[in-house]
Amino acid sequence: MASTQVTPTRMELTRLKKKLVTATRGHKLLKDKRDELMRQFLDLVRENMALREKVEAGIKAANKNFVIARAGMSGEVLKTALMMPKQSVELQVGERNVMSVDIPVFETKTRTADANDIYSYGFAFTSSDLDGAVKSLADILPDMLKLAETEKACQLMASEIEKTRRRVNALEHVIIPETQDNIRYITMKLDENERSSQIRLMKVKDMMLEDAHHYKERQA
Amino acid sequence: MYKIAVLGDYDSIYGFAALGLDICPVNSPEEAKKTFVQLAEAKTGIIYVTEALAAVLKHEIDRYKDAIVPTVIQIPGISGNTGAGIDGVKKSVEQAVGSDILFGGN
Repeated sequence: MASTQVTPTRMELTRLKKKLVTATRGHKLLKDKRDELMRQFLDLVRENMALREKVEAGIKAANKNFVIARAGMSGEVLKTALMMPKQSVELQVGERNVMSVDIPVFETKTRTADANDIYSYGFAFTSSDLDGAVKSLADILPDMLKLAETEKACQLMASEIEKTRRRVNALEHVIIPETQDNIRYITMKLDENERSSQIRLMKVKDMMLEDAHHYKERQA
Repeated sequence: MYKIAVLGDYDSIYGFAALGLDICPVNSPEEAKKTFVQLAEAKTGIIYVTEALAAVLKHEIDRYKDAIVPTVIQIPGISGNTGAGIDGVKKSVEQAVGSDILFGGN
């Protein structure tokens, strides 16, 4: 049903027909976009899950090592040992465009060139467990960065997919049927108008002929 | 140049200092909120937040959900894994697909 008021004119009909063409085309394009986004998202989210499990396990193990390290030395010594880090990490944030979604690309730069420069203390006063603990944490850092990248990308893509899906549905179930209904309504109304004017003309012709020739009187 | 920060209780995060990440130990939820907002404003590229603290900071974290910087990532703290990080991944699948078709089984 044409729920909204449409003026049944030829101009409106052409306008609606154009709108329908655009809507159908947009619908097709958006649907393609959604499908492609979904495909990439599913790949990415699987990677995300795997990374997350790896990182969580890694952090758990590292925490365990730190607890052991802490048990072997006093809190103050530990605090002092980690107080002045030798290493510092700087992050460069880039963007990559995947199906109109900007996803982050992280690149890190460490201050000192040697990646093993993570022990910010002399080895004399700390337990060797601390070295192992710090090493285990350093090992998962690359994965943590990768995780940050993928997880953010997943979140951004998920919200984009949701938006696209809504648009596709709105076009498919509201805009396109409504326009089609309106077009049908206008065509019918225009046809009806044409028929009625045709009949009117015929009627007028009859009346004029009657006036000129007086058929009825002659019959009687 | 962006920085990488780790937010959480001191016991959970002190190890990251050795790697060159900025650690921000906090003790109370109010302090955490304040620190988080400060970090977010101060060009921090990635903020790792312990799961326990992320639950408290939900509102603040949601504000930066659609931005690339800062990227907020949950990590398990020393008290153990609450599963919030995994739930986050599942939630994004749910948001995208409509229901969790990938990891629903476990």
